[in-house]
Amino acid sequence: MKENYSVVIFYSTSAAIRAENLTKKANLKIKLIPVPRHLSSDCGICLRFNNEDKPKIEKILQDGKVEYENIYKI
Amino acid sequence: MIYFDNAATSYPKPKEVGQAMLYFLEKIGASPGRSGHRLSIEAGRILYQTRESLAELFNADDPLRIIFTLNVTEALNLALKGLLQPGDQVITSTMEHNSVMRPLRELEKRGVEVKVVSCSPEGLLDSQNIEKSIRKNTRLIVLNHGSNVIGTLLPIAEVGEIARKHNILFLVDTAQTAGCYSLDIKKDNIDLLAFTGHKALFGPPGTGGLVLGERTDIKKLKPLKVGGTGSRSEWEEQPDFLPDIYESGTPNTVGLSGLNEGVRFVLRKGIEKIYQHELELTQKLIEGLKEIPGVIVYGEDQVKDRVAVISFNIKDKLPSEVGLRLDEECNIMSRVGLHCSPATHKTIGTFPTGTIRFSMSWFNTFEEVDQTILAVRNIARYV
Repeated sequence: MKENYSVVIFYSTSAAIRAENLTKKANLKIKLIPVPRHLSSDCGICLRFNNEDKPKIEKILQDGKVEYENIYKI
Repeated sequence: MIYFDNAATSYPKPKEVGQAMLYFLEKIGASPGRSGHRLSIEAGRILYQTRESLAELFNADDPLRIIFTLNVTEALNLALKGLLQPGDQVITSTMEHNSVMRPLRELEKRGVEVKVVSCSPEGLLDSQNIEKSIRKNTRLIVLNHGSNVIGTLLPIAEVGEIARKHNILFLVDTAQTAGCYSLDIKKDNIDLLAFTGHKALFGPPGTGGLVLGERTDIKKLKPLKVGGTGSRSEWEEQPDFLPDIYESGTPNTVGLSGLNEGVRFVLRKGIEKIYQHELELTQKLIEGLKEIPGVIVYGEDQVKDRVAVISFNIKDKLPSEVGLRLDEECNIMSRVGLHCSPATHKTIGTFPTGTIRFSMSWFNTFEEVDQTILAVRNIARYV
């Protein structure tokens, strides 16, 4: 079965790593991956997660005051 | 060999520090925040963990408000040159190191007013004298927390409160206190905390940073350098977010991985335990030195609430001569001269000859203190 993913795009790598820490603590299945080329010309990384976890991810980012650019389905 | 020059660079380091650095070189290697592969991400994680460890140590809420620099000098330069504009007044004390005095004297030539508040010959500061110096254009107060010459402390929490009352920013140079004396960016009312990694935090040289408190607005703090950050690569302008705005170029990942272990070591031992041990060593050393005829120990008479830095002289002997004999005949490493702090030596009355300085760390022992007292006694014998 094909999994449905989204990614969170951040302004800085440090924010991405902070998001990784927070989401891992919440036991969510996530992975830091290079930003897909079509989303940004940036050379950084983004946080990939399962679509169904979107509300949880958004809450964690908000509670943890992690600034991010946007969330995209990939 | 007895190493009593920890106020310059601590030695030895906890073994985990070197191990982490070797691990980084051999197993990770990559640039953080540049590429998306797993080694680059791992490098980024290590940098982030280092920020988290430091945030825990200084009780800072946001690890991303910790900016890495080469050392405390660079952190102080960033804060002073980034904040002060011509026409601003800055208040400091006569206990400062040249890492503060030289940037201030340079800024003075560009139109910044520099007010240097006097301390007593024992190195003590009356915080009311700071308050009396505040003018309409006072922008910043900068103080050296622990003296690198005589180990006395300045009342930072009190001065921080004064700064808050007058809506002025407060920058603290923690070169001699971070890692061996309790520091809390909130309780001590600090707005910018400059630290170095290679002293009591047990990191390698080439590590340090600036912690920004909540009152410090990054729109008003210009970066010292700009360049590649790995973020916002489509822009030719510097990013405006933390920590990238202040961290251009590939960072000292190897050094910072070591610093992380140094800070973890301090957190595991506990600041209070480290402080107590160093204070007991200091008490024993000062008492022993004072009993030797012809030896003058500088600073406060009472040995309490201070860091493990001691300055002394032997009557009619040059510090350089004593230092050389300590090294060659007794295998004791000290530092002699002015310790990059002409202002402090003028305050305590030892300019321009200077003093002999002993500075200790967690790794020093009471036996070493005994041996050192005996060595100084021998050198002083034929005065």
